[in-house]
Amino acid sequence: MKLPIRVILIATIASVTLAACASKTKPPPPVADNTTQTDRTTTAPDNGGKYKVGDLDTDSCLRQRIVYFDFNMTDIKPQFQAAISCHAAYLRQFPTARVTLEGNADERGTREYNLGLGERRGNAVSGALGSAGASTSQLNTVSYGEERPVCKDHSEDCWQKNRRVEIVYTAKQ
Amino acid sequence: MTIETFARFAMACLLTCCGSVAIAQGLNSDVPTIDIKNGTATATPIAVVTFGVEGGGLPPQTDVADVIRSDLNRCGQFRALAKNDIVEFPTRGEEIKFPTWNMLKQAYIVVGREVQGAGGDVRVEFELFDVAKQQRLQGLSISGQASDLRGVAHQIADLIYEKIIGVRGAFWTRIAYVTSKGSGANIAYALMVADSDGFNPQTVVNSRQPLMSPAWSPDGRKIAYVSFERGNSSIYIQEIATGSREVVSANKGINGAPKFSPDGTKLALTLSNGINPDIFVMDLATRHTTQITKHFAIDTEPVWTPDGQNLVFTSDRGGKAQLYQASAAGGDATRITFAGESNMKGTVSYDGKKIAMAQGNGNVYRIAVLDRATGETKAISTGGLDESPSFAPNASMILYAATEGPRGVLFAVSADGRVSQRLVLADGDVREPAWSPYRQRGQ
Repeated sequence: MKLPIRVILIATIASVTLAACASKTKPPPPVADNTTQTDRTTTAPDNGGKYKVGDLDTDSCLRQRIVYFDFNMTDIKPQFQAAISCHAAYLRQFPTARVTLEGNADERGTREYNLGLGERRGNAVSGALGSAGASTSQLNTVSYGEERPVCKDHSEDCWQKNRRVEIVYTAKQ
Repeated sequence: MTIETFARFAMACLLTCCGSVAIAQGLNSDVPTIDIKNGTATATPIAVVTFGVEGGGLPPQTDVADVIRSDLNRCGQFRALAKNDIVEFPTRGEEIKFPTWNMLKQAYIVVGREVQGAGGDVRVEFELFDVAKQQRLQGLSISGQASDLRGVAHQIADLIYEKIIGVRGAFWTRIAYVTSKGSGANIAYALMVADSDGFNPQTVVNSRQPLMSPAWSPDGRKIAYVSFERGNSSIYIQEIATGSREVVSANKGINGAPKFSPDGTKLALTLSNGINPDIFVMDLATRHTTQITKHFAIDTEPVWTPDGQNLVFTSDRGGKAQLYQASAAGGDATRITFAGESNMKGTVSYDGKKIAMAQGNGNVYRIAVLDRATGETKAISTGGLDESPSFAPNASMILYAATEGPRGVLFAVSADGRVSQRLVLADGDVREPAWSPYRQRGQ
């Protein structure tokens, strides 16, 4: 069965390349624009239309809808590149599918500043999806800053859960 | 009992009395409880004697002297003699026996009486005396509605404050703040306006989506705020008396941090247009916006200097968030904060001399005040997650948001950091406070 092996091979090479790239360069400081991150992602593999709409609920990669971030950082960590890739592949396969990237921040820092941080993170994911094959018309970013916490404890354990971008499908196809 | 022990006893009574008076007057679970933490030995001792009531009719629901005492204590510059320690009850100057008050080490004494008129009117007369000199400093009367005796009491406290301190009092003012109750998908948000001591809360907006950043117009009639009810952050301006409101900014991306200019004709705001937040100024008549900052950093939280010429704002263009200043007509920005790891959300005093802000060091966020003349910065709150400072219009106090355990609460701290008062809602979080300008009669 050649086709699936080829897909697996390409995906493996892609993820190894991404991991290697990620380990070579330091993440940029928050103030720098985040396009350097998106340059590193490769185009989503041509999956030959492998996804069905229902896969959004069943495929293990597509079910990953949250990208988490380090404090005050807006770059996408290596462990989320696979999710970026599969969502980009899905969006590329279904050109009328739409996502909203909801950017969030933890409670530290002021609320208005955190609106900015949430937007940066949402844009980072949006940019990564775009570089990986999604069309910009499919992507919309909204920042909620620290206004939509999933937990309210004053601890890193909770803060890290709030530093996130949620990939929300507003149209699945 | 020595005077010293007596004074300590009086202080203990004061702290207990203030807390218990506030609770006793709370008619429902939404009236904030007020606790006064710490006192200061250098505060001016003043006795405010219970006011007499004349004119028949029902006894008033408000103890005017109590409200005045609480006001004077809150600002940190006075220490009002506890009600329990007042054993003589003059209501007029000629009834005052000065040796009594001298023995109680009071520097000033206030006496007064409420005269109830027909139809819900009330006239409150008061006199302020220097105890040592036995000299009357002030004798005035304030008219108002019996239903707003608290407002009349605050106005009297302002007059007393100004007579002694020489700066206009800011007790007859209001505060705006955001509350949130519930969790998960069932959060109810409200934008509230209350007296600056937390009493008489009124709802301005109710929403199931987040509300942020309330800002007062200089005439105190309108509030600008950020609402997520349209899905994205957008800015509304609402007239408090009528509830009528309009959207003034609903661009793509962030619409945030609105602030009226001192003359009320413009609004400074943050717009990102989906890319990165920058500072803009909107002419409220034409709705035309001028871009003030053009930088890929996060530029937000603009505040006006009192002369309306410059904007102080938060920017992380240098790596971490700090405060910068730029002309309100546009131009280069200069950094103005150099102490602390990060500084955000400046608030400028009425005379432009001080800026209070949320300063972060590690994971500790405190309120700090920058003296613009000397360049010195001083922390005035103990910190944790303190943010959102707002100066009283006379800069005698700063209101800010803090947390106590899981709950968001507001603190009002004296400008020197010595006395603080906590305002707590019975349930839910309180945050994003904004102190109103001076009130105008008829508002």
